[in-house]
Amino acid sequence: MSESEFDVVVIGAGPGGYVAAIKAAQLGLKTACVEKAALGGCCLNVGCIPSKALLHSSHLFAEATHGLDKFGVKLGGKVALDLPAMMAHKDQVVGASVKGIEFLFRKNKVAHVKGAATIAGPNAVKVAGADGKAVELKAKAIVVATGSESTPLPGVEIDEKRIVTSTGALALAEVPKKMVLIGAGVIGLELGSVWRRLGAEVEVVEFLDRICPGMDAEVAKNFQRLLEKQGLKFRLGAKVTGAKSGKSGVAVMVEPVKGGAAETLQADVVLVAIGRRPYTEGLGLEAAGVKTEKGRVVIDEHFRSSVPSIFAIGDVVRGAMLAHKAEDEGVAVAEIIAGQKGHVNYDAIPGVVYTAPEVAWVGKTEDELKAAGVPCRVGKVAFMGNGRARAAGATDGFCKVIADAKTDRILGVHILGAEAGTMIAEAVVAMEFGGSAEDLGRVCHAHPSLNETVKEAALAAWSQAIHA
Amino acid sequence: MDIKIPSLGESITEATISKWFKKEGDAVAQDEPVLELETDKVTVEVPAAAAGRLDRILAAAGSTVKIGEVVGAIAAGAAGGTASPIRSAPSAPPKAAAPATASPAAAAAPMPGPAGRKALAEAGLSASQVQGSGKDGRVTKADVAAGGAAPAKAAARAAGPRETRSKMSRLRQRIAERLKAAQNTAAMLTTFNEVDMGNVMRLRDRYKDNFEKRHGVRMGFMSFFVKACVQALKEIPAVNAEIDGDEIVYKNFYNIGVAVGTAQGLVVPVLRDCDELSLAGIEKAINEYGKRARDGKIGLEDLSGGTFTISNGGVYGSLNSTPILNPPQSGILGMHKIQPRPMAVGDKVEIRPMMYLALSYDHRIVDGREAVTFLVRVKECIEDPERLLLDV
Repeated sequence: MSESEFDVVVIGAGPGGYVAAIKAAQLGLKTACVEKAALGGCCLNVGCIPSKALLHSSHLFAEATHGLDKFGVKLGGKVALDLPAMMAHKDQVVGASVKGIEFLFRKNKVAHVKGAATIAGPNAVKVAGADGKAVELKAKAIVVATGSESTPLPGVEIDEKRIVTSTGALALAEVPKKMVLIGAGVIGLELGSVWRRLGAEVEVVEFLDRICPGMDAEVAKNFQRLLEKQGLKFRLGAKVTGAKSGKSGVAVMVEPVKGGAAETLQADVVLVAIGRRPYTEGLGLEAAGVKTEKGRVVIDEHFRSSVPSIFAIGDVVRGAMLAHKAEDEGVAVAEIIAGQKGHVNYDAIPGVVYTAPEVAWVGKTEDELKAAGVPCRVGKVAFMGNGRARAAGATDGFCKVIADAKTDRILGVHILGAEAGTMIAEAVVAMEFGGSAEDLGRVCHAHPSLNETVKEAALAAWSQAIHA
Repeated sequence: MDIKIPSLGESITEATISKWFKKEGDAVAQDEPVLELETDKVTVEVPAAAAGRLDRILAAAGSTVKIGEVVGAIAAGAAGGTASPIRSAPSAPPKAAAPATASPAAAAAPMPGPAGRKALAEAGLSASQVQGSGKDGRVTKADVAAGGAAPAKAAARAAGPRETRSKMSRLRQRIAERLKAAQNTAAMLTTFNEVDMGNVMRLRDRYKDNFEKRHGVRMGFMSFFVKACVQALKEIPAVNAEIDGDEIVYKNFYNIGVAVGTAQGLVVPVLRDCDELSLAGIEKAINEYGKRARDGKIGLEDLSGGTFTISNGGVYGSLNSTPILNPPQSGILGMHKIQPRPMAVGDKVEIRPMMYLALSYDHRIVDGREAVTFLVRVKECIEDPERLLLDV
């Protein structure tokens, strides 16, 4: 096999692509991964990771500002924000992670090809190299893992300075006085929280009459209430018809969806976070005969596109646009290409919002099950009753376990509370093994721990909680 | 639109679903077979009443169902393929949107974990085929490795199960029941003879091409035997009779069953009014039955009304046998393999193509003399086929 011939060429080095490449290499396939930007994709560079750095930093700032008195820690009003240092921390975290992937590629002998890829046939990928040279790679299998980009909103032109996507919102030079956030989804609420904690007045404009579609409705309602307590303002059932950037800031035109008087909101920064769309620009999918539907690559249950040698995973295909879903698909597609039976269980993919408190869930929501007519039992226990939560001052929220009424099998778990994103893992494991609420309730949980509330909720769904 | 078990004929009240040709979610064309039913006597395909998608299967393969029972439903006009896990939940019907895991069946066999599931998929096994050692009998990957290793070792010595059990098909159960009933009821006795096939073989060699050209069917020996039997039955009516209470019913028609082996078991379609059929007519009818037997398309009406049966074990190489009566009939002729044997012809020994004939009969109404005479008459007609022509 010559230098430009591979078993697998992965296009895109985001969480789906780089994991697929590493796994393929580990399975003994000669693998290349083509990326035109930094390794790690959106997740690592302008998504999950930097936002978590800012969420953590801003949370510490907010706690220091007004959260520590009750614990007997007095700072005497001397808390100051050093935004450049906060950003530097974030950049350092991102930089280390990118280096980490470079290291993993070297360790696993994945050829890292820098440049923009175009599919030139069922078994050929052309790369316009970052160094100006073009190369053609031969591949027995091609994996498209090009991810997604922020969905633009007509009438609102992004400049990434004052009218920004999540990318710009991660790198603002100063804390805006007023921020208008368009879209009450996961990404918007996380970044809105960051800037709210750092002092911005944040107003969220959402088209739907609820926040976070897809989240359990009861959880979403309580979540919204907690965010409002932190000072976020919500304008639900409102649509943005346009935004104009002027000298004194941005004017955002808003009107109720149901009709009514239009209003103009003034903001220093407008964050557009109405969703993401598959990113396949310049990839040459159409010319290669790869079928797409609404921009998403159409695949069969083995990630195979309409061209048998071309596979696709992650945000460019159906399903939730989540890094961990893409990662698991990356492993599965590599295994399938290597002749194994890779598989992703889409019924057990957790979702997390890294606000304070966090929101995490897996499986079906109560509304979905109701709509489907599945008889189920719901166990709901508040963190107020959890000793560890009271000690940490983290009593907001609750855990809800939903189990099949006949079989007791866990169908969904929804947590609103501190560390929810960490706690959800045990529910995912239980669901992967087809566990029942009783199973989860009978597993020994350390005391005192926040997870005890998950156990109690499971007991409540199965029969009765002890402490609630 | 419901899929109902159709009426399968008189006296049939239930059937067994032997298989579904379609899975839930599959597209079906109108009149396309959707499932196969097995009854005491036949297997029948049930076609789709309308084009659409197989929406629900309510009775799994292997279950016994009543005539008229609803065993599934077709969503008329719907496109197939929606059983894929990627479908969007809101537009799906409630049952389909529910997690498959919520069914009671899933509770019976606990779901293995992800590693166990992958190992099962790669071993081509289902969870029910492997003894699980995990919680509640869950299959772990170690269980699959242990279970999956067995077939590989089988090469050295049969390490597979020492016996396997499977349910008797209804057809097999019915065959068992009827054969045993025949033995219990009739005073069954078998008489033997042998026939020199030389003349019939010569006749066939001479005319087979013309015969096939003219009639579109190959010239076989079975038609000669059918004709010979009709002749003999006319002469010995008791062999064509049956007992009904304290009466003997003599039949003045000659419906001869010809046993045909199929994948499901033996079936005996009936050639009707053989006295009125030509040799070619008989061959055509046998040929037609053979085809339908292979396709599983023999209907109930094809199997009823026989007055006498011919069974040819010779096609499998049998040299001799004692056939069992097909009640309420009183006679059955067993044909066997044609075997060249040294025979005394005049004063010399000659190698002749010989076949043993066996007639099993119900001694309650057929006397020994009659049975022997019957068989001798068959032998004479085969050894001297002109007799068939002259009816002597």
